[in-house]
Amino acid sequence: MIRKNIRSRRARETRLKIYGISSICFALIMLATLLISIGLNGYSALQQAYFKVDISVNTEKFVDERDFLNNKKMNLFNWDGLVQSALREFFPEVKERDEKKELFAIISANAGYDLKEIVKKKALGSGSHTLSVWLHLSDDADQYLKGRLSIDIPEEDRRINNKQIAWVNSLVERDIAKLKFNKAFFTSADSREPESAGILGSVVGSALTLFVTVMFALPLAIMASIYLEYFAKPGRITDFIEVNINNLAAVPSIVFGLLGLSVFLSTFGLPRSAPLVGGLVLGLMTLPTIIIASRASIRSIPPSIREAALGLGASKMQAAMHHVLPLAAPGILTGTIIGMAQALGETAPLLMIGMVAFIIDIPTTFTSSATAMPVQIYMWSDSAERAFYERSSLAILFLVAFLISMNLLAVILRKKFEKKW
Amino acid sequence: MPNLPMSLVFFMLIGTSLFFYFYSKNNILKKAAFVGQRSKALPSHYGQQSFLWAFIPSTIILLFLTVGGPNYIDQLFYDKIQESNPKLNQSFVSLILAKVINVSNGKIATDDEKILTLASDYKAAIDQLYFYRGLVVILCAALVGMFVSSLQSPRANARENVEKFIINIFFVSAVIAIFTTVAIILSLLFEALRFFSLYNFFDFLFGLHWAPNVAIRSDQVAAAGSFGMIPVLVGTLLISFIAMCVAIPIGLFSAIYLAEFASPRTRDFVKPTLEILAGIPTVVYGYFAALTAAPFFREIGFSLGLDVSSESALAAGAVMGIMIIPFISSLSDDVIRAVPQSLRDGSMGLGATKAETIYNVVLPAAIPGLVGAVLLAVSRAIGETMIVVMAAGLSASLTVNPLDSVTTVTVQIVSLLTGDTEFDDIKTLSAFGLGLALFFFTLLLNIFALSISRRLAERYD
Repeated sequence: MIRKNIRSRRARETRLKIYGISSICFALIMLATLLISIGLNGYSALQQAYFKVDISVNTEKFVDERDFLNNKKMNLFNWDGLVQSALREFFPEVKERDEKKELFAIISANAGYDLKEIVKKKALGSGSHTLSVWLHLSDDADQYLKGRLSIDIPEEDRRINNKQIAWVNSLVERDIAKLKFNKAFFTSADSREPESAGILGSVVGSALTLFVTVMFALPLAIMASIYLEYFAKPGRITDFIEVNINNLAAVPSIVFGLLGLSVFLSTFGLPRSAPLVGGLVLGLMTLPTIIIASRASIRSIPPSIREAALGLGASKMQAAMHHVLPLAAPGILTGTIIGMAQALGETAPLLMIGMVAFIIDIPTTFTSSATAMPVQIYMWSDSAERAFYERSSLAILFLVAFLISMNLLAVILRKKFEKKW
Repeated sequence: MPNLPMSLVFFMLIGTSLFFYFYSKNNILKKAAFVGQRSKALPSHYGQQSFLWAFIPSTIILLFLTVGGPNYIDQLFYDKIQESNPKLNQSFVSLILAKVINVSNGKIATDDEKILTLASDYKAAIDQLYFYRGLVVILCAALVGMFVSSLQSPRANARENVEKFIINIFFVSAVIAIFTTVAIILSLLFEALRFFSLYNFFDFLFGLHWAPNVAIRSDQVAAAGSFGMIPVLVGTLLISFIAMCVAIPIGLFSAIYLAEFASPRTRDFVKPTLEILAGIPTVVYGYFAALTAAPFFREIGFSLGLDVSSESALAAGAVMGIMIIPFISSLSDDVIRAVPQSLRDGSMGLGATKAETIYNVVLPAAIPGLVGAVLLAVSRAIGETMIVVMAAGLSASLTVNPLDSVTTVTVQIVSLLTGDTEFDDIKTLSAFGLGLALFFFTLLLNIFALSISRRLAERYD
């Protein structure tokens, strides 16, 4: 009887263990599914379909008196026509207007612009030149070559028709078109054409924003935590400050966006879409996180250090700034890195202050229009072209890899500087 | 007039203040030699005193002029445009003003003579403002610096003065937390009150129909928008409920296992891995929900003969639940480990198994903390934005069917405030009404959760 009872009691324990293990496994499997599915979606964006054309271009038309290429004259030239006629040489049988249009749809709409940029970069002298250049195929041809467009569905529902497929295949057979490393993804900003869209603009935007965030939040957090730990007199104001900090840490991030919209944009009249405003909003948002971490770090410094300094005649301020703060710095740094990782991944408040605009220039100042990496991911995954999905996935992989390494850095720093007093 | 941008003025300000730092530091030694005794504080303290007095007030003036000055000029030109064309309505005047500003900094070109003259006037006014801003700031720094350093005497303790000054700055930075809360409440309340002056408060709170489409131009014929928040609220609660159904059991069981059964090695591996799950940006979960989870649920529903919306509440809620798992598990883990070991030892000593100890002793002791953790998680789910923006729907239907598409408060705020909207529009203002509701709802949950957790901490101290 008792033995039977014991068996059922033990079984209960085993069940509890199984629940626990299976929940943990579920969470880990979900993490793996998330990363793997995004990885499978995104790895192919590392490559992009290019085609090679030999183009003869006479630069006499563009050079000015000093033998320099003139931008204005270059902009007026029909570069698209040059690329298109070069493409037509591969397919002399294409004569009709509609057919030509279909043919030109397999190359990037930006091909002419890209060619112009290549010519500009080479800084050719005056005269006639023949260049052999690799230009982007269109995103549909690219997706077809990567096997991402299924060709089983009826032709009229497809983004690429049978004729175009035949052309692309013939280019590939002649070794004129192939998949190469997608350089544009890392060196350009956003674009309407997926094949020329890159993350550099949003990476720079994120970097500018984070710089403002650190510059704003870190000094404030350090000063506030020293005040609260060493100088605040226990009382109603101090209690109220603490309640506020704890609450702000749990306020939804979108509310900070609303705050930024109505205070920074409409009351102060700061520019929309600017990293400055984004940084301030994210700074206000991460401030409580950093303050809580800094206070914990300051509190972990044994009081004896401070008392020794005070005993030798240091003032309270000197004891705090010269003795406690340097010892607490690694902990504060760890908290800051974690807060920055949080700010880097945040999207919602940036949507509110207009950092969601389509911006083709790489931002240069804190007040120029910019976007941030998570917002770029959001915008790309919202667009209709299939080719933007894979770019979105690849951008996610980079963002997540960067965030994980930030968090790892925080863990390593914590381990390295952790002291047992 | 010479061009003095903000950065240049700021560097000049730092330069001026540094000059007074070194000047006072040297000067106090001379003064001390003159009176024939050592100064009461270190020379650098006198330097710091001059630096702070020269730097801080001027920085405040600089910020004030930078933010307020252009606004003032904008207002002047706004009045000027309105005066010359009294018939124009307000939004048109703001449009012209925006054009003038854009022309004046060369962002767009125009042939319109009137705009060109206004733009050149505007540029002149801004240049003048920036010039005087630089002049005032540097002069202020120089005068205050001179005044303070000439008053310094070796008999006065500069250190005490400097420290008092710094403590006050520290106090202000601590009070920023209060300022932020107050600013959030005031800005939300202000815009929401403007909304309620256009739309009945009780219709907003208890209305059963949410359709924020109003006529864009006044001569356009369109249905008057209705702003009843009940469907939006129900959608939010439905998605949060689904998220909690996923997150609470999995989070809690993970926490129990990690706190009570797991070996230290497993713990060291699992905890950081779960933290990775917590560190993944919400936009990534949104991407996963919209492009992987939603089609997956749709397929399953299809094979079962169910009609699942492609923006189903189920997909958004389930993915949100996965996002919240690590939040609940790490908070509950802390709470369970905070239960004193003596309680466990007592229970085991009486012959209870580990499972019985957990069910009958540890969990009841930890209940307030666990409830707090769950409430914080609920508040997080309600305020979560990106997952629902990407995976939930836009149209507000009053339903609790998880297979249907519902909308949430945050989705509505984002869709009302992104894109080209005017600031005085009732649509824009309604977003602040929703924001206010969201803020108070989460605030109540947070305060309640924090006070419950604190009570637990006090019980076993």
